[in-house]
Amino acid sequence: MIHQRTKKKITQAIAFNLFRVLSAILVLILVAILSFILVRGIAVVNWEFISAMPKEGMTQGGILPALVGTLCLVAGSMLFAFPVGVMSGIYMNEFVKDNWFKRFIKLMTDNLAGVPSIVFGLFGMSLFVNTLGFGDSILAGSLTLGLLALPVIIRTTEESLKTVDKSYREGSYALGATKIQTIRRVVLPMALPNILTGFILSIGRVSGETAPILFTVAAYFLPKLPSGIFDQVMALPYHLYVLSTSGTDMEASRSMAYGTALVLIVLVLLLNMIAHYTRSALNKKLK
Amino acid sequence: MIEAKNLNLYYGTFQALNDINLKLPEKSVTALIGPSGCGKSTFLRTFNRMNDLIPGVRIEGEVIVNDRNIYNKQIDIDQLRKSVGMVFQKPNPFAKSIYENVAFGLRVNGVSDEKKIKARVEESLQQAALWDEVKDNLKKSAYALSGGQQQRLCIARALAVEPTILLMDEPASALDPISTSKIEELIHELKKQYTILIVTHNMQQAARVSDYTAFFYMGSLIEFDETKTIFTHPVKQQTQNYVTGRFG
Repeated sequence: MIHQRTKKKITQAIAFNLFRVLSAILVLILVAILSFILVRGIAVVNWEFISAMPKEGMTQGGILPALVGTLCLVAGSMLFAFPVGVMSGIYMNEFVKDNWFKRFIKLMTDNLAGVPSIVFGLFGMSLFVNTLGFGDSILAGSLTLGLLALPVIIRTTEESLKTVDKSYREGSYALGATKIQTIRRVVLPMALPNILTGFILSIGRVSGETAPILFTVAAYFLPKLPSGIFDQVMALPYHLYVLSTSGTDMEASRSMAYGTALVLIVLVLLLNMIAHYTRSALNKKLK
Repeated sequence: MIEAKNLNLYYGTFQALNDINLKLPEKSVTALIGPSGCGKSTFLRTFNRMNDLIPGVRIEGEVIVNDRNIYNKQIDIDQLRKSVGMVFQKPNPFAKSIYENVAFGLRVNGVSDEKKIKARVEESLQQAALWDEVKDNLKKSAYALSGGQQQRLCIARALAVEPTILLMDEPASALDPISTSKIEELIHELKKQYTILIVTHNMQQAARVSDYTAFFYMGSLIEFDETKTIFTHPVKQQTQNYVTGRFG
């Protein structure tokens, strides 16, 4: 009896420690990547780096156009994908009857989320750049990135709406509210914090993607700020790619590449933190 | 006049209500009692057509509210639900302020005069015996209230749209004894103005708050009479067994 109990305890201790070590490894890898980028990149990052145009074949100067470009693309893609995705999610969860057709659409949405981003890039080039004639532009790039983000936003919206208890909908209907009123005034406010989670994930993904913007918007070298949605722009992830694989002088631009990576990571973290803060503020308001 | 005539209700192929005929006395409290799954909650929910929300429900017969058959095709369901208030088992205030919770029914029904809304909110909270506890905190979230206060808030919310009937589906089953007795006192007050229909699992509660009692069993109305009669001299043996706790 006692023997068996100690055996159980030992097994448990081994299992716990195994989990502990594995989690520690995971954290260490993350810390390693971040500190690697930080150490290599911090030297070049200063005010000039983020506020000046690239110079001397991108081995000197700053990354302002790429930074602005990425911000434009994140804003543009979310402006398109967030309303469309949320409305599709609402439609799917609140209005479509549960049948094979709905399950089929759900399956396809999930599949869409797994499509490699380069495929989105090719599709975006074919549809937005060529067929619709937007050319290589912020518009074409934003729409392509938006398409990439859509499935995640649709699915998180659906799941968030599902978590709102039936009794709140009934409470609203019982007061004579219509379905639209119930969704808009009762269900959506309660689901919003969770919907924002999908939004946060999308921002992170969209700002770091390279493949979808490759053929739709990204410029190799364009030392000026965009003046409209039909302009081409530089973008941080593509700039990083250029600096590290096909720059004019790769040795000289190596530190610029690390600086760009650092700025990209900080930008994503910053956007995430803003969204995260908004979500917890909303959550607090609901409690 | 509130009445169910030859009412049958089916969930798919399962018959949940079996030929119910019942006239509810106005401005009084009628308790619906019976074991779980006997159809009492389903019956309650036929009065504001809440069952319509469940897919696969089929209803036959008539339910008369304010002299009209509410299952008539010309009935505006949102309008009907405004005149039939409902309080649920678990307090379900919306994620809004106390004030906005009570104002909700008025706003969705097109009242936009803020002065009118304010007056109605105060009146309703007073009717629900909650005003004194919340009058300084109307802007606070409804979730800051205790469970019992939340339930009274839900009652105020239902009263705000001036219904004629109040449906209560086990309104105190999630509450502590003190909050429960507050709700019961409130029911006593409210029956002066409203016709109240209350589902309860608690026999003592039925005896305390109601004037009439309907006993349901397996989808059928077994017996309906004054509460005193049901609890002391019921006609049917089944009723006798249930109210004395021999089954159910």
